[in-house]
Amino acid sequence: MLRLTCPHCGITAEETELRPGGEAHLERAGPGASDEGFEAWLFARKNPMGVHFERWRHLYGCGKWFIAARHTVTLEVFGTYPAQTKAPPADLVERIRARLSARGGQAEPGAGAGDGEGGKA
Amino acid sequence: MSRRVTFGGRLIDRHQTMPFVFDGERMCGHPGDTLASALLANGIRLVGRSFKYHRPRGVFAAGIEEPNALVTVGEGPRATPNLRATVVPLVPDLAARSQNRWPSLGFDLGAVADLAARFLPAGFYYKTFMWPRWAWEKIYEPLIRRAAGLGPAPAAPDPDHYEQIHVEVDVLVAGGGVAGLMAAETAARAGARVLVMEAAAHWGGRAPVEGEEIDGRPAEIWVEETLARLTASDKVTVRSRSLVAGVYDHGHVVAVETLDRPLAGGSLDGAVLRQRLWHIRARRIVNACGAIERPLVFPGNDRPGVMLASAVRDHLINWGVAPLERPVILTVNDEGYHTAELLLEAGIAVAALVDLRPKGAGALERALRARGVRVILGAGVTATHGRKGVKGVTIGRVKTGETLTRLACDGVAMAGGWSPSVHLWSHAGGKLLWDEAAQLFRPDPTRPPRGGDGAPLVIAAGAAAGDLEIGAALAGGRAAGLEAAEALGLERPDMPLPASRGRPAGTRSGDWVVPRRAKAAQKERMFVDLQNDVKLADLELAVREGYESVEHAKRYTTWGMATDQAKTSGINGLAALSLARGAPIPAIGTTTFRPPFAPVTFGAIAGLARGPLFKPLRKTAIDGWHEAAGAVWENVADWRRPFSYPRKGETREEAAAREVLAVRQKVGMLDASTLGKILVKGPDAGRFLDMLYINTMSTLPVGRCRYGVMLNEQGFVIDDGVVVRLAEDSFLCHTTTGGAGHVHGWMEEWLQTEWWDWQVFTLDQTEAFAQIAVAGPKAREVLVALGVKGADISPEGLPFMHSCAAEIAGIPGRIHRISFSGELSFELAVPADRGLELWEKLAEVGAPFGITPYGTEAMHILRAEKGYIIVGDETDGTVTPHDLGLGRMISKKKTDFIGKRGLERPFLRRADRWRLVGLEPVDGQTLLPVGAHATDHGINMFGQRRAIGRVTTSHFSPTLGRPIALGLVERGPERLGEEIDFLTTEGETIRARIVDPVFHDREGRRLHG
Ligand SMILES: [Zn+2]
Repeated sequence: MLRLTCPHCGITAEETELRPGGEAHLERAGPGASDEGFEAWLFARKNPMGVHFERWRHLYGCGKWFIAARHTVTLEVFGTYPAQTKAPPADLVERIRARLSARGGQAEPGAGAGDGEGGKA
Repeated sequence: MSRRVTFGGRLIDRHQTMPFVFDGERMCGHPGDTLASALLANGIRLVGRSFKYHRPRGVFAAGIEEPNALVTVGEGPRATPNLRATVVPLVPDLAARSQNRWPSLGFDLGAVADLAARFLPAGFYYKTFMWPRWAWEKIYEPLIRRAAGLGPAPAAPDPDHYEQIHVEVDVLVAGGGVAGLMAAETAARAGARVLVMEAAAHWGGRAPVEGEEIDGRPAEIWVEETLARLTASDKVTVRSRSLVAGVYDHGHVVAVETLDRPLAGGSLDGAVLRQRLWHIRARRIVNACGAIERPLVFPGNDRPGVMLASAVRDHLINWGVAPLERPVILTVNDEGYHTAELLLEAGIAVAALVDLRPKGAGALERALRARGVRVILGAGVTATHGRKGVKGVTIGRVKTGETLTRLACDGVAMAGGWSPSVHLWSHAGGKLLWDEAAQLFRPDPTRPPRGGDGAPLVIAAGAAAGDLEIGAALAGGRAAGLEAAEALGLERPDMPLPASRGRPAGTRSGDWVVPRRAKAAQKERMFVDLQNDVKLADLELAVREGYESVEHAKRYTTWGMATDQAKTSGINGLAALSLARGAPIPAIGTTTFRPPFAPVTFGAIAGLARGPLFKPLRKTAIDGWHEAAGAVWENVADWRRPFSYPRKGETREEAAAREVLAVRQKVGMLDASTLGKILVKGPDAGRFLDMLYINTMSTLPVGRCRYGVMLNEQGFVIDDGVVVRLAEDSFLCHTTTGGAGHVHGWMEEWLQTEWWDWQVFTLDQTEAFAQIAVAGPKAREVLVALGVKGADISPEGLPFMHSCAAEIAGIPGRIHRISFSGELSFELAVPADRGLELWEKLAEVGAPFGITPYGTEAMHILRAEKGYIIVGDETDGTVTPHDLGLGRMISKKKTDFIGKRGLERPFLRRADRWRLVGLEPVDGQTLLPVGAHATDHGINMFGQRRAIGRVTTSHFSPTLGRPIALGLVERGPERLGEEIDFLTTEGETIRARIVDPVFHDREGRRLHG
């Protein structure tokens, strides 16, 4: 059971207190979108072995949505930030890069070069 | 025969006896015994029948790894199946019985399966029970269930109590041996909050049994003193009989503490507090769970009397029991020699010591020979003899199996080396490395399981880390404590490492399987996994049939699966695969260790979440009145709502029919409080609702109501309800009863993650207001009698789909003129705490008008007669507004709303989609079953009849005096008047006519009255 710290209220919440919301930083494809663009918005999701930016809602807490940067293999959480943004904070992306290169990048599957670019970083 | 001896017995109290019952026979043990030691003390050798072949089995181990002695303890609803007799503490009058035998343990008809063993190879079920498909459910499965398996589940609810506890600790130490105690004390001395858990009832692990010394004194004394210090420390919590069952993500650990303690305050039915499930959040976990001795694989290695050498030593020293009286000792290392010495010391004869190593053990060997014990080198056991237990063995060469001699004995004590208990390390993803010298897998410290902070989460110590000698175990425990303290940012404590003396590990043979070149018939009796009855032949077959990967072979043969989790069988299975594939063990890899480490009862998992506490039941403010009125209930989402209010002699359906007619002819009242009520407020509220609904809400005048439909992005209907504009900047959105939570979450998701710059607040007010529908031709008269102030409720003052604030019978609230029945209807919303008061007043002043409370069934019938849809009945997540005939509601002017792009997908606009229609059985009397499909001529690509529609709602209409139904039918609205056939599950056909979905008052005159 994961544990994530809500950036809105500061509570470190159990996974059962949270609602998962899938991949973060997707661009909504509304009316006028191409078939491909609309399909991508509806169905196409990243499933990396590595760094993933994912949406969570502090459902049984403050009710706010936030985004967690998490390594899907080691489960390391690099940070969380409010969902009201179109891209991860630059300092977080920098921190993730540093963590991965410090780990040699190859120690765990999926932690190789490029995975730090998850989401729309 | 096994028996109690005067030697040893450090855990039992010989001055007291304790009666117990096994398979109906009364016996006696001592306090401190396990069920296994007590059975062995009573000469009981045969304790169960094996899973698949019903072969006789005896006690094999002395701990949690026991694969054979699985018993059912307790009677009736308290019966717990599949307990390992080796870890069941003896309590007075304990009643246990053997499993998987019929009619009795000694004479078991299922043993026929053993004679047919070569017809029941691995994968047998997959191959044999494939066809015909119907036979699986009716014949094969019941047969297999009876023939194979473990103890039966109890048939009645468990009357005992279970509880759960959530704790946070800095360091969890799993295992109370010397390494675990050392780690705990080190971490505690650094200032960490420590929890130490030991699965057994006693502490110290193997050190006291092996006669090792710490600080120049027996290890047992050091264990006692250390435990006393830990128990006295306010930093440390100490728990025995507490199994750490699983390590999960981010340091979430589940452990089960067995208490068997009387309830505080007593209990009438003798219920006890059985177990406590611990949910632990640990910042660091020390796995000090020790190691499990490895059996050897040889023909007939499953007969009662074949057991682990460590289990022989444990039973002797801990419980004063000699499990064997004249064993052959089979060893791959020096431990067989120590076992022999111990047996001789206890006055027990040793038939022979058989060492797989050709070179023997030097001085140890000479000493043993000097005491008259026959020692045979470079050999192993190639056969065991005896029907229900070993009476003799054949000794042969390791490589060839060539027979050397035959010996009389009553069992085989096997010292096959050790397998570190890496389970907790592996549960959360820790990797292993193969130690060639020690011939074992140990945790790879460079690839540990990691926590949320990215740092190593689990630290292995002692035998669980592969450090089998006491000095290394103590040092490993200290290092683990220091590592944990350092990781927590604590200062390094002054923690001296005590001096110790034990036995060196020595060398070991690389052989497990004897003979190495076994004949086919021998392989059928060489068991790799005793609990799952998997033989060498099965694993070889798996490889021959292409299941070479370790994970495939595991599933094909069931080796190491289920509750065993590769405790005694793991490495032997790998050795067998290694032989079959001609590849070294590290190239074979390991299977995945899964939690739980040992079985956990459902009682502990459920805890208090049973019966009414399993799930909260939501009740409205008026619930008590409904109950007193004799309502029968229907659960809707988490709510309970009155289905109908039967009078004496009425069925629930008859009551609903009466309630329908009362609404149509006079007036009815419905508790509609469960409807979702979400307040949406702010300068951008109208703009936001325009995105949420298919129609336009921003143009709704204040005080007006509009029915709205909500879609998901795919264009499918997800909820509906009436929106009321309360003020320029605020709207009240009604949702379905089950939809309030989802819809509120849906709104918040869009507001927070997509349009976060829009100025809108939402508030779920569902429970803040009671809402009562007053519906029927006399509804207005009832309201007048009730007394409404501050509002004009005349047809002109408050027309249909208008809403106003008012004082209703002295209670401040709102009146919405909305209708789900098709009748003149007012929905009265008042603060929840005054809902009952309003309801009671309505019942009182409405009595002269014949006001009738009605339930959900009448509500459903009333709406069905009007052709109103219910989300979840007429929709199933694949239905669009066009399908429901609501296409005209979709705003043409809006450039965007949720689902607009989805609806543009061509297949959602096809003319042959299933669309909403009314259905009337042609015979005017047969009720169409909900869910029944209509079929057309011809068959589809799967050879099935082509479905062209289904029934979504079906009722007998009291208003019309005949059955009516709603359904979705291919091109439905174009086919009014056509007749189609619906199939029932009984294979009958019901012909129905396609009609308009509005059956009653198509013009809506009553509604506007
Ligand atoms: Zn929060």
